[in-house]
Amino acid sequence: MKVHEVGGGRPGGDTSHAEHESGTYKPVFVGSAKQELDELLTRYPSKMAALLPALWIVQHERGWVSDDAMAEVAQLLELTPAYVKGVVTFYTMYHQHPVGKYFIQVCTTSPCGACGAERVVDALLKHTRCGELGATSADGRYTVIEVECLGACGFATPVMVNEEFIESVTPERVPQILSQYL
Amino acid sequence: MADAQQVSLTIEGRTVSVPAGTSILEAAKVAGVLIPHYCYHPGLPVAGVCRMCLVEVEKAPKLAPACATAAAEGQVVHLYSDPALDARKAVLEFLLLNHPLDCPICDQAGECELQDYVYREGRAQGRSHEPKRFNPAEDFGGDVLYVTNRCILCTRCVRFMQDVANDPVLNVSERGDRAVIGKFEGKDLTHPWAANVIDLCPVGALVSKDFLNKSRAWELDRTPSVCPNCTQGCNTILETRDNVVVRMRPRTNTDVNHYYLCDEGRMDYRWMNRTDRIEAPLVRHGDRLVVSGWDDALRAAALHLNGKRAFVLASPMLSNESLWMLSRLAKRSGGGGGFRVRLGTEAPLAGVPDLVRRAERAANVRAAELFGFARSDTPLAGMKDGDVLIVADHEMAAADASAIAKASAVIVIGTTMPELVTNAIIALPSTNVAEEDGTFTNLRGRVQQYRQARSAPGMSRPVWWSVGDLLTFLGERAGYYLASEAFAALAAQHPEFAGMTYDSLGLKGQALAGAVAGVAGGASA
Amino acid sequence: MGFPHASHAKETPVLSQYFGDPAARTVAGWKQRGGYVALEKALGLTPAEIVNVVKDSGLRGRGGAGFPTGLKWSFMKPGDGKPHYLCVNADESEPGTFKDREIMRWTPHALIEGSAIASYAIGAETCYIYIRGEFTEPLAVMNAAVKEAYAAGIVGPNAMGTGKRIDVHVHKGAGAYICGEETALMNSLEGKRGNPRIKPPFPAVAGVFGMPTTINNVETLVAVPHVLNRGAAWYKGMSHSNPKSTGTKLFSVCGNVAKPGNYEIEMGFPFKDFLYDLCGGPTPGRRFKAVVPGGSSVPIQTMEEAEATLMDYEGFVAQGSMLGSGGVIVFDDAQCIVKHIARFARFYAHESCAQCTQCREGTAWCTRILERIERGHGTMEDLDTLLDLSEQMTAKTICVLSDSCAAPIVSGIHKFRSEFEAHITGKRCPMGATAAA
Repeated sequence: MKVHEVGGGRPGGDTSHAEHESGTYKPVFVGSAKQELDELLTRYPSKMAALLPALWIVQHERGWVSDDAMAEVAQLLELTPAYVKGVVTFYTMYHQHPVGKYFIQVCTTSPCGACGAERVVDALLKHTRCGELGATSADGRYTVIEVECLGACGFATPVMVNEEFIESVTPERVPQILSQYL
Repeated sequence: MADAQQVSLTIEGRTVSVPAGTSILEAAKVAGVLIPHYCYHPGLPVAGVCRMCLVEVEKAPKLAPACATAAAEGQVVHLYSDPALDARKAVLEFLLLNHPLDCPICDQAGECELQDYVYREGRAQGRSHEPKRFNPAEDFGGDVLYVTNRCILCTRCVRFMQDVANDPVLNVSERGDRAVIGKFEGKDLTHPWAANVIDLCPVGALVSKDFLNKSRAWELDRTPSVCPNCTQGCNTILETRDNVVVRMRPRTNTDVNHYYLCDEGRMDYRWMNRTDRIEAPLVRHGDRLVVSGWDDALRAAALHLNGKRAFVLASPMLSNESLWMLSRLAKRSGGGGGFRVRLGTEAPLAGVPDLVRRAERAANVRAAELFGFARSDTPLAGMKDGDVLIVADHEMAAADASAIAKASAVIVIGTTMPELVTNAIIALPSTNVAEEDGTFTNLRGRVQQYRQARSAPGMSRPVWWSVGDLLTFLGERAGYYLASEAFAALAAQHPEFAGMTYDSLGLKGQALAGAVAGVAGGASA
Repeated sequence: MGFPHASHAKETPVLSQYFGDPAARTVAGWKQRGGYVALEKALGLTPAEIVNVVKDSGLRGRGGAGFPTGLKWSFMKPGDGKPHYLCVNADESEPGTFKDREIMRWTPHALIEGSAIASYAIGAETCYIYIRGEFTEPLAVMNAAVKEAYAAGIVGPNAMGTGKRIDVHVHKGAGAYICGEETALMNSLEGKRGNPRIKPPFPAVAGVFGMPTTINNVETLVAVPHVLNRGAAWYKGMSHSNPKSTGTKLFSVCGNVAKPGNYEIEMGFPFKDFLYDLCGGPTPGRRFKAVVPGGSSVPIQTMEEAEATLMDYEGFVAQGSMLGSGGVIVFDDAQCIVKHIARFARFYAHESCAQCTQCREGTAWCTRILERIERGHGTMEDLDTLLDLSEQMTAKTICVLSDSCAAPIVSGIHKFRSEFEAHITGKRCPMGATAAA
């Protein structure tokens, strides 16, 4: 079983290497995304407080949070890109690299582990043809990762596919579940 | 306590009284007790993360971080009780868990707080059998190299950039034991004060590229000095190895520069090691300058000056003592003097009041003006035809060439032969700031001492010494053996310096009488 | 009720009464079920009167620490001229715990009502409900409910038509267990890394945005309307063992048990009965081996301890553990304790914020040692080292994450030492969980 490395060095290799979007960067915060951010800013007494929501908007719009997007958010919220990056790397749900069309998160923390989460992971890796955790399948469709407690321990094994939360997944259910995400 | 603003506590058996709100760690300093710590720094906001300063406070349920715990009336603090010692031993073991133990190739070795405390209080051997984590080193830009594996995540550097420089270009990236100090691609540590993170780093994680592998810490001789590179007058330590200046670092003076020194200032030390020096008095014989003894050269200079007006072009990098002596030379002849200041961009350190890399890139502009030298972009404009021009370690500009020609004679007193001066009749070798004792007066009027860090090359002498002897040859007794004697004589003649001596200046300096109540050390005396 | 199961007769469904009932999610549906009566009543009382009722009820924080709720509210000084804030801790991330998820999923207006009452009681005009980012469904339900509550004038600039401003905002987390720690949550809400803060200052003095702040758990807040509706004496009466533990408590049950889910019981309920009757006992053919009763941060219990436990704050302590967040993780005899302790440690190593040395390095080190033992490469000295490290990871850091990592390790080694020794002497996992490499 391979899970996130403890002490295995920097995840994703050298983070000093910039992750840019391909081509010329187009700002996220135009039109409705900008309106959404402006509305969010009214909720908090500081601009900085809108950082997590702003990053969520980025990820919703682009599928991941590139260095360019971090710089854009930093400028809008009067922060530095380095500050934003420090925050992004703290929270595991922001993708710092592009991921598959369907991002699949499987809880493997102890309670789910006791109920067979590892077999669910194996089945997902097999049927998505991702091969290994964190890798995106050749067709660009799936990325499977193990995550810590999803807070649905009584519904082992919970699996998230993008924003959808699927309870009580068993290895046997995996092919049927994946058939809904093509 | 009678005074409600003071609290009294006992630390390692020593009772001290400190202002309410003082941390236990600072109170311990008053008691003469050093509580080991890494993340705490008096110039930075308290982080309380390294947990090295855990102390036992009687009646408290658990060990307290001394940096983040306020001293309270009646507290009894133990630093060397078993729980406190065990906690420090454990922190040290944790810090070494993934540390490469590469002291033999680490520039910090010998002045490393991790090395020191492990040696003093750590385990003889670690208990870990696990492989160590590895991350590559990273060039942070500016003068800063980040050797990731040595980092203990104390976050002093992050807090300095965020809270003192107000330019948060450093962050903590990732979580848990994957965490590292990070920056954003393309955004380097180019802030004009960024290199301070190297000094702030208590271990060898942030090292100077300029100093990389130059010397072991224990091979260095350290001399208190003052940065000569602008009018701020930051207190420094000049570090020499084998008589060569290899590093200039800030020396704490909370009246002037706190704990900091700007990048440009600290990097501008190489000229102190120049080898193209005037090493002996030179006297012109025909078309050549010929090496001479001091007395012969001074006697020759006195002959040229006798009955003539002297115009002194005095470097604003010279000491108070030297500038004063030069002013005496000009005055007695009815002559004058002037200087030009090299200008650069100003760069304030946002989080510290009145700490700025000043536009005037010379230490002693204030004293030069005080002693009657006129500041001008064309300082030779005040010279009259037939004056004897004395160039005292002053830089020459192309515009000066025509003026030089008006002088009846040119005498050079300096470290090197100035450009454009081709017809000097006499050249007297002088020492630079690293090679003499002296004082500067900063822009706020603070008089500060610097000490000799390397031996003077050849026969060179401080300017005050050679000019004092020259005055004596001219019949005005001005011979002094020590810089402190020259300074005492200066203080006796100038009311602004009244009562000052080298002893009273100490290593932190004193403000001139009547100095503007500036923050950079003007009004504390 | 034990959603997704039908309610058990021995349950006392107060908070969980409408779990599984989608009609309770709307304002109209909630009002039909008696909702927003308590809020209306509360806005007619003085804040001090509300605080006193809550104090009298004996309600204690359900997030894990068990601090008396009324007392916490009383720390908020009225009339200090500063904005006050209520933070709702819906960052439920403690492994084994999933009660707040169900509360928000089924009864979002219960949380809005409780939050609005609390906001008024502490003088806050703004309330932030911080929900972990993984809770996509609770987030959607809460967002819809907040929107509806604004539209209905229940919250907003003129809450319930009283002229009082109570703003409620849902704030989405982004994947960090530590943000369930109250000061870490505040930092996160401010747009910072979720680093716990040094205390003092305490949140009631300087909390989110540097202002006086109260932070309460979801389950705590949803109990408040019931306390106001039915009185402190009624709430206080639900106490079977210790008078300091009152009311009902939701327990989340997971792991190797026949009927996992949420169960609501009165404080002091016998744990043995709970495990074997309500939860249906072990799965067929298996026996219970151990229980972690209060989320993964509390000491593990042997079955002897668990079966002797009365389920309240004091009862769990008396039997070698803690009530914590009420997340009951059950392991049966097919499970390797060493493997699960190692997995718990890995969780904490992953979630450590990286501030304190002992936690950043210690959680990861313990994980490596435990995983090595589990693979059959451990030594007896490793057990001593683990116990020593655990001691140095306890009560030494800004928050209790490293304590939480240490608690299962220490209790695991003390209570199940033979399993650790079997891995070491046999050089493999005797359960066959992993073969020696």
